[in-house]
Amino acid sequence: MTVSPVVPAPSGGLPSSGSAGGGRVGGGLLDPRQLFRSLPDAARKLNPGTLWRNPVMLIVEIGAVFTTVLAIADPSGFAWAITIWLWLTVIFANLAEAVAEGRGKAQAATLRQAKRDTVATRLTGWSPGAAPNAYRDEAVAATELRHGDVVLVEAGQIIPGDGDVVEGIASVDESAITGESAPVIRESGGDRSAVTGGTKVLSDRIVVRITQQPGQSFIDRMIALVEGANRQKTPNEIALNILLAALTVIFLMAVVTLQPLAIFSKAFQAAAPDTAAINSDGVTGIVLVSLLVCLIPTTIGALLSAIGIAGMDRLVQRNVLAMSGRAVEAAGDVNTLLLDKTGTITLGNRQAAEFVPVDGVTAEQLADAAQLSSLADETPEGRSVVVLAKNAYGLREREPGLMPHATFVPFTAQTRMSGIDLTPDATVDGGAGGPTRRVRKGAASAVMKWVRDNGGHPTEQVGDIVDGISGGGGTPLVVAEHVDGSPARTLGVIHLKDVVKSGMRERFDEMRRMGIRTVMITGDNPRTARAIADEAGVDDFLAEATPEDKLALIKREQEGGRLVAMTGDGTNDAPALAQADVGVAMNTGTTAAKEAGNMVDLDSDPTKLIEIVEIGKQLLITRGALTTFSIANDIAKYFAIIPAMFAGIYPSLDTLNIMRLSSPESAILSAVVFNAIIIVVLIPLALRGVRYRPSSASKLLTRNLWVYGLGGIVAPFIGIKIIDLIISLIPGIS
Amino acid sequence: MSTTTAGIILIATLVAALVAVYRPFGNYMYRVVSGDRHSRVERVVYRLIGVDAKAEQSWGTYARSVLAFSLLSLLFLYGFLRLQDKLWLSLGFDPVTDHIAWNTAVSFVTNTNWQAYSGESTMGHLVQMAGLAVQNFVSASVGIAVAVALIRGFARSRSERLGNFWVDLVRITLRILLPLAVLGAIVLMIGGVVQNLSGGTDVGTVAGGAQTITGGPVASQEVIKELGTNGGGFYNVNSAHPFENPTTWTNWIEMFLILLIPFSLPRVFGRMVGQNRQGYAIVAVMAILAIASVSLTNVFELTGGGTVPQAIGAAMEGKELRFGVSDSSTFAAVTTLTSTGAVNSFHDSFTPLGGMMPLVNMMLGEVAPGGVGAGLYGLLILAVITVFVAGLMVGRTPEYLGKKIGAREIKFASLYFLITPMLALIGTAAAFATGNNGTALNVGPHGLSEVLYAFTSASNNNGSAFAGITVNTPWWDTALGLCMLLGRFLPIIFVLGLAGSLARQKPVPASDGTLPTHRPLFVGMLVGVTVVLVALTFLPALALGPLAEGL
Repeated sequence: MTVSPVVPAPSGGLPSSGSAGGGRVGGGLLDPRQLFRSLPDAARKLNPGTLWRNPVMLIVEIGAVFTTVLAIADPSGFAWAITIWLWLTVIFANLAEAVAEGRGKAQAATLRQAKRDTVATRLTGWSPGAAPNAYRDEAVAATELRHGDVVLVEAGQIIPGDGDVVEGIASVDESAITGESAPVIRESGGDRSAVTGGTKVLSDRIVVRITQQPGQSFIDRMIALVEGANRQKTPNEIALNILLAALTVIFLMAVVTLQPLAIFSKAFQAAAPDTAAINSDGVTGIVLVSLLVCLIPTTIGALLSAIGIAGMDRLVQRNVLAMSGRAVEAAGDVNTLLLDKTGTITLGNRQAAEFVPVDGVTAEQLADAAQLSSLADETPEGRSVVVLAKNAYGLREREPGLMPHATFVPFTAQTRMSGIDLTPDATVDGGAGGPTRRVRKGAASAVMKWVRDNGGHPTEQVGDIVDGISGGGGTPLVVAEHVDGSPARTLGVIHLKDVVKSGMRERFDEMRRMGIRTVMITGDNPRTARAIADEAGVDDFLAEATPEDKLALIKREQEGGRLVAMTGDGTNDAPALAQADVGVAMNTGTTAAKEAGNMVDLDSDPTKLIEIVEIGKQLLITRGALTTFSIANDIAKYFAIIPAMFAGIYPSLDTLNIMRLSSPESAILSAVVFNAIIIVVLIPLALRGVRYRPSSASKLLTRNLWVYGLGGIVAPFIGIKIIDLIISLIPGIS
Repeated sequence: MSTTTAGIILIATLVAALVAVYRPFGNYMYRVVSGDRHSRVERVVYRLIGVDAKAEQSWGTYARSVLAFSLLSLLFLYGFLRLQDKLWLSLGFDPVTDHIAWNTAVSFVTNTNWQAYSGESTMGHLVQMAGLAVQNFVSASVGIAVAVALIRGFARSRSERLGNFWVDLVRITLRILLPLAVLGAIVLMIGGVVQNLSGGTDVGTVAGGAQTITGGPVASQEVIKELGTNGGGFYNVNSAHPFENPTTWTNWIEMFLILLIPFSLPRVFGRMVGQNRQGYAIVAVMAILAIASVSLTNVFELTGGGTVPQAIGAAMEGKELRFGVSDSSTFAAVTTLTSTGAVNSFHDSFTPLGGMMPLVNMMLGEVAPGGVGAGLYGLLILAVITVFVAGLMVGRTPEYLGKKIGAREIKFASLYFLITPMLALIGTAAAFATGNNGTALNVGPHGLSEVLYAFTSASNNNGSAFAGITVNTPWWDTALGLCMLLGRFLPIIFVLGLAGSLARQKPVPASDGTLPTHRPLFVGMLVGVTVVLVALTFLPALALGPLAEGL
């Protein structure tokens, strides 16, 4: 399986890219101007036709209409103040949603620029390897391209649609989508054949087979996603909505059934004077609506959809596109993470870690020979040998071009060795001349055979070293030399090993604390795999993994009720990506992989899976925390409103007025104002998400209960009191 | 010994006794409901009613069985009451009038035992024994059976089956309630509770007047009245009558019998889901709420304000002298914390805040520990709601005992906790809106409390009366009957629906990321959610009743 090399997360990214503070889930800050810009949208959302999706706020709007009528019929400063603040409550709720959507719209606008009308060169009758005269080309609008069409794209042209390269190789600028300015290579065949419409070919020419239907390109889908055009409620959101609706019904019932009781009580205390809150007809309509609005969970009701939109948005800021909100939620629920070893847990390639000389050879000699034999080896492993020789033994890198008397022997699959032949040239080396020296480096068996073929006898010691390195999970490369006239001899062994990325062990520890099991997937043999797994600190590993093994592992985990997340990019990953609950496809991967997964990582960084899980959790925590906060708020509101309503007829109820609010009117108004303002105050939190640090469920719950449960009880007492102090200064209210 | 010390000893000994029986009795009930052997008597019963004891039922079938059985019981009891003059042992009483017969039939079938009649002057012995007492057994069994079905929903995975209602009903009645009732009746008879078929004895009183002292099969009825958290007394004054509850130690026994099954059922829950600690968590929630409520009631009554209590040194109005303040307050709390509704004193005469406590206990949904079975399933529903909110706060789709709490589960749980508050509040409002509150003895806040209490009691299937209100008018009988019927069977349907959707799921294995539901943190949160939900729903109504009066 091909695994893309690690691309560092672009600092630029899409517009308004938020940086993950200290690697933790964070979010963009809210610009106050954004609030004002979103006001017109918020006003448009007052339309009951759109508001019915949010039953809690619809009730507030109906209440506002009702009080407006009452205020017109019987105007008073109090009635109008309540009415205005009820309307503001609805507008603030709409504002939260509008701001959240506004951020998506800005991103969509940038994407639309990439979706310019382009003219494509469609090839008819093309087949692989066909002679240029066997097919004809015609210019068509990109929008008319259909699935299966074949187009030619040359340097400087925009690729007209999503597809697979079927011929040629080209460098492509994908910054329009990924925000990454470095061009990428796209070539026919293999796992790097997918190209995206809207990206630009920088060099060469490629033939692309279109794999999309008109209007359903990757960019189209991205635009729809970031705009939240067809946002559907996620399972947890639906469940929470049901609970909020039930609470709303209960409070509606509590308020409506209060009226006959109030009339009865007022009749009993007929001598008590009528107030703005209660008269012989019972509690006044204005106050009844105020009580209802204060009790129903308006805070969470107002912010719920903004939280969902912002959660998707946080993923987009990290250049991850979730195809559905359901996938984001599932990410929070993941029990098992399947992580590819290469590129995720270890750096892309093995690196030389040590030179182990055999008896009679110094480490310097071995290092020198190893370096010589690797000079022409442009593989990452070969480069790492040169680097190690330089760092550990101070051997200056010798440029192949400065060694005219040297002949390089490249690596081939047949010889499984690379090396160098040095023929001292009399004209260059001061006439010294001398026998030819050959140095070889390669797989143990191949090099040993070469030694034997050249009259040498590899010592037993080499075998021991090689076995030792293999046993420890490393890859041994044997270095040998043969000087004309004497038997070949082994010099020692280069120890190549996987280098675990720094910080991975800590991350896996965090995962464990979050209750997530990490499984490393690798094609290595079990021994090697175990060594790396131990070093990286993953919980389990799957060695010698084939795509079928991977699929079977996912199914096994799911059978036990666990949710599985994985990343993949190759076509052979597609079944596993489709089976996984969260399948993150790399943008560099094939179209098949991208279609099978439910998320695409535009940065193609497999490590990001961990961040995706954290964002999923943060989304749920934000909803839960604000629900708790919202319900806890009600306690204080009761202490404000109940004495305000009834202390007039039963003076003893003034005992409940523990905030000592200045008058019944100002108490009720303060509760309503607090109820409205808290929505605006919490918009940044809803958009950013509550602070999340990986830890066990118990710790998270304790912390969130203190902050949002206790905070939710205390905050409104303080808030309402402060608002009451301000309101009581306004003449005509107190 | 001071009154306070006596009160503390009473409560402490009750707690100790309940702690002692929790494990052995809980284990016994667990074996009863989860065994697969049938006794010979049971096999005969199954053959008689044509039930295949091995066939398990889906949630729909289980619910239909509950409803069918209850409907039959209802019709049978109604007919019985209407025809009592034509049957034996009628003691010459007339048939019960239609609205009282409806109300009484509903009341006993729903395990409410609201009594709109006076037992000793309305019902003959046959009706009491074969009509009312039978319902005392089976309506209690229905509650336990439904709770067990809900537990099976948690315990089973990928299953459509919740057990067989008929088997559960028969086993619970024959193996749990009947033996305990026999044992309890003997103990009560030793304590002085009467048990005979006498029609009444005329005696001359000290003052020279004549009085008829009715006897009857009291002990046998008394024991199941408490054990099955029914509460319907043989006599009008219920457990305040010396033939029902002669001494302070029978008073203790009666309270113990009331609390025995509800407090031991969490053990069955723990055993069936394979984690006893889950049972401990649930019983801890029940205990915290119960002890808090009992203590508050005692404190309010012992420190009772008002002129008369101050003058005589204790709030003794409406209380039996042989019990005193503490035994009466504790009994009042116990009877309303469960769905019993038996009384040994008049709640109407309690101090305003002391009288509010029984009301609040019922408003809690009777979950601490609640009626037999009903209390457990009520608290498990609240646990589901708590798990949902708490689960979101730990960043996962909420799960309880490995079962995900999704939209479907929340729908059933929400409908459940909507029903009783709605019935109680709508009923109360309707009484005032229609002027039917006029039959209340009092006006003002106390009159409001009387009406609110009646509807809260009926909707929560408690059956205790605040008294001070005449409820045997057609309007009251009909309205309260509807509250009892809907307040019993709608929640049962939702509980079984929830059980069905839980049983269907495959469990999610627990990990460090899973919310632990057996730790003090969760126990505290569940207590908080229960109290806050109730406070938020009922505070406005309470403000105009007991709070206006008592603050």
